[in-house]
Amino acid sequence: MSGWLQFALLLALVVAIVRPLGGYMARVFAGERVFLTPVLGPLERVMRTALRVRGDGLDQSWKQYARSVIFFSLASWLLLYLVLRTQGAHPWNPSDLASAPWDVSFNTTSSFVTNTNWQYYAGETTMSNFSQMAGLTVQNFVSAAVGICVVIAVIRGIARRGDGTGAGGGGGKQSPGGLGNFWVDLVRTVVYVLLPIATIGALLLVTQGVLQTLGGPITVGTVAGGEQTLSFGPVASQEAIKLLGTNGGGFFNVNSAMPFENPTGISNFFEMLLVLAIPAALTGTYGRMVGNRRQGWAIFGAMVAMFIALVVVITLAEGHGSVAQHAAGLHTGAFDGSTGGNMEGKEQRFGIAGSGLFDTVTTVTSTGAVNSGFESLTGIGSLVPMIGLGTSEVIFGGVGSGLYGMLLFVILAVFIGGLMVGRTPELHGKKIEAREVKLAMLGALYMPFAVLTTTALAVGTGHGRKSIFSSGPQSFSESFYAYLSQGNNNGSAFAGYTGYVQPNGNNDGAFGITFADLLGGLSMLFVRFFPILVVLAIAGSLARKRVAPPGPGTLRTDTPTFVVLLIGVIVLVGALTFFPAFLLGPVVQSLTTSLF
Amino acid sequence: MRKDIVTSLIAVVAFTLLLGLAYPLAVTGISQAVLNDQADGSKIVRDGKVVGSKLIAQDFRKPVLDADGKPKQDADGNPLLAPDPRYFQPRPSVTGYAANATAFSNLGPNNVATRDAIAANAKAYLDLEKPYDPTLTVARIPVDAATNSASGVDPQISEANARIQARRIAAVRHLPADRVRQLIEDHTDGRALGILGEPGVNVLELNLALDRATTTDGATR
Repeated sequence: MSGWLQFALLLALVVAIVRPLGGYMARVFAGERVFLTPVLGPLERVMRTALRVRGDGLDQSWKQYARSVIFFSLASWLLLYLVLRTQGAHPWNPSDLASAPWDVSFNTTSSFVTNTNWQYYAGETTMSNFSQMAGLTVQNFVSAAVGICVVIAVIRGIARRGDGTGAGGGGGKQSPGGLGNFWVDLVRTVVYVLLPIATIGALLLVTQGVLQTLGGPITVGTVAGGEQTLSFGPVASQEAIKLLGTNGGGFFNVNSAMPFENPTGISNFFEMLLVLAIPAALTGTYGRMVGNRRQGWAIFGAMVAMFIALVVVITLAEGHGSVAQHAAGLHTGAFDGSTGGNMEGKEQRFGIAGSGLFDTVTTVTSTGAVNSGFESLTGIGSLVPMIGLGTSEVIFGGVGSGLYGMLLFVILAVFIGGLMVGRTPELHGKKIEAREVKLAMLGALYMPFAVLTTTALAVGTGHGRKSIFSSGPQSFSESFYAYLSQGNNNGSAFAGYTGYVQPNGNNDGAFGITFADLLGGLSMLFVRFFPILVVLAIAGSLARKRVAPPGPGTLRTDTPTFVVLLIGVIVLVGALTFFPAFLLGPVVQSLTTSLF
Repeated sequence: MRKDIVTSLIAVVAFTLLLGLAYPLAVTGISQAVLNDQADGSKIVRDGKVVGSKLIAQDFRKPVLDADGKPKQDADGNPLLAPDPRYFQPRPSVTGYAANATAFSNLGPNNVATRDAIAANAKAYLDLEKPYDPTLTVARIPVDAATNSASGVDPQISEANARIQARRIAAVRHLPADRVRQLIEDHTDGRALGILGEPGVNVLELNLALDRATTTDGATR
């Protein structure tokens, strides 16, 4: 019961956040003064001066905006790769860790620059404190910021009238077809949105017991007379942005299951709230910028409905326990003093409810931080993260990327709805025409293409076999999940699947599995930047369109009926593409009591 | 194009200075000044020495000795360990309670390996506790006692698990059952606000309290 109340409280707080945080972000991106301006204004000016942005910057066309995004991401990639490859020369490397091999670094770099944070490496035995801070934490911020910038540009494209005026300006002078200025948006996102929330979030996490120190590991004599080495590091500063930016790359190998990353029931709850805050609030920002708050709530409603369904399924499935537990003779019912259920790979302080909820939160958003071992989920339980990923990460989704992915589905739903009732498809008074629908189709299909191709390559060629840990249908689930997660910029894992072997427990003598590292790395880059180009292209085309006043023939997109249609389109696309793969892995496992 | 390249390079450097150095160092500074205990790992000190962290489970097993008093080894050449009956035992761990190389068990829901691992954990638990609780069966073992935790260093066990182990502790340490029960209660962390997370008993803190209790009560150690 307390588990359901915990869920209800989380939902209530998320709903409560949408309006204030959504409105705050809308004001920030309109260039208006906000309550933090007196404190952070000077920092914004310093960063703008450093980036040599004049005034409010040039109002960029979609191509110019996209080019800035691509070059900035490329520069980020190169610097992060350099940092990771020169680890041996860094300060703050108390365990004297050398660099991981090139192929693992390629995967890791691609992973953090694309906001995926898939980890073939194990944090505490691979990365120095310097790499964690100056390399990975930086990308946690800026890869998240890029996602937010892109969605803001897309919203401007929808909101602006065809002549370059209208709501949602960046504060500067507007030009026809312009979407705002990437550099201005980037600085504002980091300075006004991510940095203040992450700083306060990090300090709150420290109060719960999350580490924040530059000290190295210590070895202590334990109570029973043995020895234990405790790894330390600047964890909280990374943990806060890891969740707030829907990144998900843990400081430690077991991510948010490690008590030093997530020590209490309170920190667990707070971490989930951090994850959902921005993706949920952006629907409010959207509603405000297009001048129709109901529209924001309609999209939020579609997200919440699917989210609730998934949480219910995983909580019940995990509470039931696993086939292997029952085969071992355990009784998995809950009773006074015991959570019952499938506690393999779960922590006592989170139990079934706090783990299942976190698992869902982290996979419907593109976070991928985990507080339990996904590989040990029950068959049906593991279907929930897979559905979160298989629906293209639009149920809240990543910061920015979730909403722009959702807007692609909105365009598809408008198109399908228009066909069904014989009306011209329109979005906020702008005609949706062949170009937009074609682009939206590409935007809906790139992900299944990437995921199914990479999975097929790994499973079909046999090159993926080296990476597999498990046996039976689980070995397929493992492989499929790896490419589903990387192909959605999520980063959660059935952690048995590996691309990095560390025989000595550190980087000495360790080697990468090149095939898995490269395939996953390339997939992450493709699924990050291809849709960014698609949505910016759509935005560029919408920005030039005239707004027609709503008439009796308008299909309204802010009604419950449209929400149902939208959910239908998302479920249909996801189900049609992934049903066979779901059947081969998790569904088989949940339908049988056999062991493999 | 050229302007984009230059601005990109400046931007990554500027953001690295701000977010990769200034931000984590500022958070470190504030945390160390105001929340030093938590930021440094919630260490537990006994007799002037750090014995562990209250957030991290540690191994309460001891080496098994052969007839000559030498530690026995398993097939891989590692020392053979058995639970120390004087202490509450934490949840099973696949990493030997390593806090510097954490890992999930990655045991799948339908795998033979999973059943075998859980059955082995259950048998070990039964072997340890059954002498003090003859009615104990596998079916009565709380799930947390037979399954591997996620982190391998889960500091807590369930209250039901602690209650079963309490019988052994009371017998081995010659403590009244009520006293042990009281100590368990004292070291149980409830749900925050009554709904966040699950209650759990902190094993390391409880064991340290037991050591103190047996000394002050004059019972044999």
